Amino acid sequence: MPDVDKQLYLSSSPHIHAEQTTGAIMRAVIYALLPACAVSVYFFGLPALWVLLVCMAGCVAAEALCRKIMGREQTWRDGSAALTGILLALNLPPSTPWWLALLGAVVAVVVAKQIFGGLGYNPFNPALVARVVLLISFPVQMTRWSAPSPGGSGLDALTTATPLGEMKTAVMLTGQLPSHSGAQTVDYFVGNMGGCLGEVSALALLAGAIYLFWKRIITWHIPLSFIGSVVVLGGIFWLVDPARYPSPLFHLVTGGLLLGAFFMATDMVTSPVAPVGMIVFGTGCGVVTVLIRLFGGYPEGVSFAILLMNAATPLIDRYCRPRKFGYMPRKA
Amino acid sequence: MSRKPKTFHGGLHPPDSKAASADKAVEICPLPDEIIIPLSQHIGAPAEPCVAVGDSVCRGQVVGEARGFVSVPVHASTSGEVVAVEARPHPSGRDLPAVVIRPDGRDQWCDDLRGLGEDELAAESVRNKLCACGIVGLGGATFPTHVKLSPPPEKPIDTLIINGAECEPYLTTDYRLMLEDPEQILDGVRLFAGVLGRPRIFIGIEENKPAAIKVIDAACASSDIEVVPLRVKYPQGAEKQLIYAITGREVPSGGLPMDAGVLVQNVRTAAAVSVAVRTGQPLIEQVLTVTGPGVAEPKNLRVRIGTPLRHLIDACGGFNGEPGKIILGGPMMGTAQLSLDVPVTRGAGGLLIFRQEDVDPRPEGPCIRCGRCVSVCPARILPTTIVAYARNDQVETAETLGVLDCIECGCCTYICPSMIPLVQFIRQAKGAIMAQKRNA
Ligand code: SF4
Ligand code: SF4
Repeated sequence: MPDVDKQLYLSSSPHIHAEQTTGAIMRAVIYALLPACAVSVYFFGLPALWVLLVCMAGCVAAEALCRKIMGREQTWRDGSAALTGILLALNLPPSTPWWLALLGAVVAVVVAKQIFGGLGYNPFNPALVARVVLLISFPVQMTRWSAPSPGGSGLDALTTATPLGEMKTAVMLTGQLPSHSGAQTVDYFVGNMGGCLGEVSALALLAGAIYLFWKRIITWHIPLSFIGSVVVLGGIFWLVDPARYPSPLFHLVTGGLLLGAFFMATDMVTSPVAPVGMIVFGTGCGVVTVLIRLFGGYPEGVSFAILLMNAATPLIDRYCRPRKFGYMPRKA
Repeated sequence: MSRKPKTFHGGLHPPDSKAASADKAVEICPLPDEIIIPLSQHIGAPAEPCVAVGDSVCRGQVVGEARGFVSVPVHASTSGEVVAVEARPHPSGRDLPAVVIRPDGRDQWCDDLRGLGEDELAAESVRNKLCACGIVGLGGATFPTHVKLSPPPEKPIDTLIINGAECEPYLTTDYRLMLEDPEQILDGVRLFAGVLGRPRIFIGIEENKPAAIKVIDAACASSDIEVVPLRVKYPQGAEKQLIYAITGREVPSGGLPMDAGVLVQNVRTAAAVSVAVRTGQPLIEQVLTVTGPGVAEPKNLRVRIGTPLRHLIDACGGFNGEPGKIILGGPMMGTAQLSLDVPVTRGAGGLLIFRQEDVDPRPEGPCIRCGRCVSVCPARILPTTIVAYARNDQVETAETLGVLDCIECGCCTYICPSMIPLVQFIRQAKGAIMAQKRNA
């Protein structure tokens, strides 16, 4: 037998490891977002594709440059920067000019992520920070919505309003909801409405979400409590005054609720680590979303709600710990 | 089978990798040229050598005497000549005192070994016999069995659980034993029950071993022993998790199974108890699964204690490819070995060999707070948070977060996508806290 003693590895147990790496998780989330990307390009044409490409390339480049300047090892290969880019793009209007998308990418990666130390250390979801910064600084460009033109070039698309924006305006002016037909809900569901790239198709987002559950990337805790509390709270208002408050179904298929619940609120870095905490977090997101949508100054509340709950994450983590094993009163 | 499989919270499903050896009947491993009997083969004080170089010893003879209550003697596993009493490589990674025997090939039993008769099975004499025969828990913890069988009067034991879960991937020794020798296991179980005074008895077996469940079920048919199928999940065989799955009782934090009124024994320990009580033969052999991608022909071997690992690998046709990592025990909780001169001790249940290409040390990344370590932790503590504090030398905070409740199952490290060696840091923190407690 050869003398093998010298070539043996020594390390502490366990000696086997699950296949899933950080990079694999990031890649899986990217794959899950591809249907939504495709649908946005279908409805909004080349401008949407441009926004996607600029955001992605911008984030990856910003990450690489930033790490180089800081003299740290490169990390863009872990896929988190590219993922942030896609999420950012999905949170922008299709008509976003390239320079604004690029600015968003830099804000997301540099200000919201690398300044805190990079992946794992950022307290807020980088894509959402960038979106909100842009929304506040460039309100005009950030609320110019193109009407969808399925399969068309999208270059000469008309400007339109988002369903949520329409609702807010109508309620503010008349105290009444605009009139709706059931057919619109179906349109909203497949993505035929004005809005951010990733908001428009509930169908594509659900397909991606199913993939994430199947791959066990996310658990039900955050999405279910988020969506559930929007439906319940939104439903209560609707039952109280259906003329003034929209139905839970409308809440579900419009705006960034599904994108936020499945892909943004579930961002691991910025949400609680324990299942109990996740439920508190998701519920908080849902409640704040409804309150902003119905009573706030912005038509859409998902981004703000998630950022607000991101801020509460350390606190939630501290108070929502699982009950440790061995602390149960003895059963007979 | 209609019974609903039982389980616990947390845990995970590593690939079970048992196929290579599960269908191989236990073979007898030939004697090596040199037998190394370490004096430390159990938790508790090491034994004291009582033979000298040049002595000839018989099979089953005491070569190291027990020192203190939580200790058992160690025995020669074959007849031969003592050629050294010196420090030798030990599974713990250090060189520790051992009695080295050159076998004479006759394999002669000592002639004073005697079992107990049916009328001699009083609790005290059974305990003495088990101590004299060096019986320790063979599930890995190597706690002397006679001590476990002596609960203080204020902690009565009403439940006996026999652990046939064998949840570690790759290992198939318990499985083979259940298939090949159910009567011996059941005899041991009855002896335990006799000492404890009519407890409820459960035998827990993971559902992925239907053949074993069937055999044991049949053997238990006319008794009031309950065979409990368990969900396939690691670490189903961990003492506290097993107790919870079967009885719904939680062993209190910092407590022992007896605090929940339960005694847990591994199936192999039960078999060893039967041998010791019926024949008086001490624990001098062990069934080991030798397996993994790095060995030519995986096998289940009946091995004399003191056999160097090198010899086991030879008995299995040598290495397959370039060996990279050699593990005594299973892949989740076993210890990596640096030398093939290490001998088999009483606690070993498997020898696992990985090739160079199976060992790929991926670099550690930052914690992405994915929460996977939290959701798999059977102790339901927060590995990521505890390790963050422990790495900052804030062991007090780690302690308040429950670091001492960690059962070191390794689930957190297994699942962490960032390759953070969580359980290693947790072990260090536990060590630091225990050291502080001792000094205080
Ligand atoms: S599994 Fe690893 S990356 Fe995930 S929370 Fe735990 S320590 Fe962090
Ligand atoms: S913290 Fe301890 S008990 Fe929990 S998973 Fe890790 S090793 Fe197992």
